[in-house]
Amino acid sequence: MTTQTLTLAKALGAGLRRAMTDDPTVMVLGEDIGRLGGVYRVTDGLQAEFGPRRVVDTPLAESGILGTAVGLAYRGYRPVVEIQFDGFVYVAFDQIVSQLAKMHARTRGAVKLPVTIRIPVAGGIGAAEHHSESPEAYFVHTAGLRVVSVSNPQDASTVLRQAIACDDPVVFFEPKRLYHVKGEVDPGLPLDDAPPMGTARVVSPGDDVTLVTFGSHVATALDAATAASDEGVSIEVIDLRSLSPIDHDTIAASVRRTGRLVVLHEGPRQAGVGAEIATSVTERCFDFLEAPPVRVTGYDIPYPPAKLEGNQVPDLDRVLVGVDRVLGRSPASSAPAGAEVGA
Amino acid sequence: MPSTMGSTSRDDLSRAGGARAETASGTTDGTTAGSTNGGTTAGTAPPGDVPVRLLDEKGVRHPDPGLDRWLTDVDAGTDDARGALLALYEDMVVARRIDAEATALQRQGELALWPPLQGQEAAQVGSAAALRDDDFVFSSYREHAVARRRGVASVDLLRVWRGVTASGWDPYAVGMATPQVIIGAQALHGVGYALGIQADVERGVVAPGEGGTAAVVAYVGDGAMSQGDVNEAFVFAATWQVPLVLFCQNNQWAISEPVALQSAVPLVRRAWGFGVPGVRVDGNDVLAVLAVTREALHRARTGGGPTFVEAVTYRMGPHTTADDPTRYRDASELDVWAERDPIARLAAYLRAGGLLTGDDEVRVRAAADAVAAELRAGVVAIEDPPPLSVFDHVYAEPHPTVAAERAEHAAYLAGFADTGTTTTGTTTTDTTTSGEGADR
Repeated sequence: MTTQTLTLAKALGAGLRRAMTDDPTVMVLGEDIGRLGGVYRVTDGLQAEFGPRRVVDTPLAESGILGTAVGLAYRGYRPVVEIQFDGFVYVAFDQIVSQLAKMHARTRGAVKLPVTIRIPVAGGIGAAEHHSESPEAYFVHTAGLRVVSVSNPQDASTVLRQAIACDDPVVFFEPKRLYHVKGEVDPGLPLDDAPPMGTARVVSPGDDVTLVTFGSHVATALDAATAASDEGVSIEVIDLRSLSPIDHDTIAASVRRTGRLVVLHEGPRQAGVGAEIATSVTERCFDFLEAPPVRVTGYDIPYPPAKLEGNQVPDLDRVLVGVDRVLGRSPASSAPAGAEVGA
Repeated sequence: MPSTMGSTSRDDLSRAGGARAETASGTTDGTTAGSTNGGTTAGTAPPGDVPVRLLDEKGVRHPDPGLDRWLTDVDAGTDDARGALLALYEDMVVARRIDAEATALQRQGELALWPPLQGQEAAQVGSAAALRDDDFVFSSYREHAVARRRGVASVDLLRVWRGVTASGWDPYAVGMATPQVIIGAQALHGVGYALGIQADVERGVVAPGEGGTAAVVAYVGDGAMSQGDVNEAFVFAATWQVPLVLFCQNNQWAISEPVALQSAVPLVRRAWGFGVPGVRVDGNDVLAVLAVTREALHRARTGGGPTFVEAVTYRMGPHTTADDPTRYRDASELDVWAERDPIARLAAYLRAGGLLTGDDEVRVRAAADAVAAELRAGVVAIEDPPPLSVFDHVYAEPHPTVAAERAEHAAYLAGFADTGTTTTGTTTTDTTTSGEGADR
């Protein structure tokens, strides 16, 4: 095992390099990924190393990129496509939802489409419109897709390799806020030694509250755990890692001990991942719950302009308010609209 | 509604796919109004607007130095040549017979739906006959004759339309993807597959065959020419010069919308703007379709990149068995196109040359009837798949959500079996008995 200190962006690049070295059918496609190395430099140096036939700059058409990836996979390749920004994926929606996701079922298992869709995701970086979206719920709602979101450089490297090796299509979310965060990475970590792709991880154990999140908000959650511990509240932080499938067993095991659930994500609340988790926990752990599950999420609004994005992206204080609420010690003014009804 | 083709030359097939000012401004009768071609006065249209044709409507063969070289096998005058021509004829006759039988089966409740191909037999059989075994086809949902030519069993053509499966065959077994319902999406799959062929050859894992590499044909219709995916396919295919033939059957109608509503110019002209060679062919002339497809495939196989073929034809039937074309098109239009019938045209040519005898016709008719009988017997014998098969193949690798929901539904179904009522009580059914392909 050889570790290096890498940014998350470099760790992703290392994962891609490793996957391309291990498997000659892995191809990388996207806009500006060749000579430029991608707008976040994730593919930096790959075209020079593997050539323009394996690291392919595409015309600027996301549906075209995805449709091409479907055809390549049909032929036996493992395409990794880069969608330049989260808000650009919608024009490829049909190719993802109607084609990529359904082909294996449509062909009764004859055609496997091991396509990985890398998407820089979420906000907090002061970006322009359509560059700060959290569209995970659309894909989580779609049968046939797997959806993951990484929170640290090691996962970035290994989960990306797992996604590429997986015979199913995988939507792979890369939180933009984390691209420059550094961590220790073993780029050659045997995949069998890494936790399976569909599993969550308890990143900080605790006894009083289960705080489930993913992506960049794992860091927010850990900050909240530290802050809460100063007040004698013990928070267990779970990094979901996989949004489809959701590792309900790990979540339920935690909630059965803590009796309290807070779900934290940046995407809109309505029918979001938090709704799925809160419902599932309610169904599975009702008799263990000491309080209704609490969601700390982005609001159901278009992502605001950069100067206002702090109103949308949950921060430490909003998480702590949520923790207070699940502990039954929150001021009424911090409860969500309608939360007091029937209370 | 304006009168139909009577006021204009019926030989000017090029009008059929072109838009006129009248139609663009709201006339719905796309094949009849006006006498100009894409805004160009008739007679001065760009040469590419006039469909290439080798057999006229009377079945008279006209030489064409540019295309004849692609037909030396069927023109040779040998027994083999006659056999090849008769095979084209038989495939077209059988395709029409299957089509009629399928329509009847739908009317009798044996199929949920059927999209008829009548009128498009030459476009489909002629283009499919140009393919090699190692080529690959991505089609829309009406290419029954293409699929049959690729080796799909007749009954397998109908499985999807009976509503028992999402696809009737293994794409890799016949070199053809299963039907695509989203309009135009398959054009991009063709680009990607062709890019994969290119990559295979460059990596040295597949040797080019005799005559060059394998190639891809992606079939689209006139309606699909408006879709972003098809236009993106043009861009990507041209950029990468992939071995692809984009084959458009312009059958004049996208359900009720005439082709003039899709395009202000003849569709073939679109190709050139993308940097893709385009050829417009009489889609009811099986020999011309065969020749231009062979030429396009040759270009693809030998590094010449993509080609667009616009086969000008006509959808004689409804869009599907659920459609009623009398609401939007004049019956006299069918009379015009009936005179251009692709099967009658080839038959006339063959009879004139003594290549199709009365005995041959009897034999082909009997063969078509036999296929229809076998088809009917096969279709009505198809049983509904087991309920839990809906959970099969959702993912290629194990997925706990699907596994849990399979178990839930199995328990629900088992409640009926156990009690004979609609209660959903306890179950002893083994929830893993869901057949091969179950999520492990």
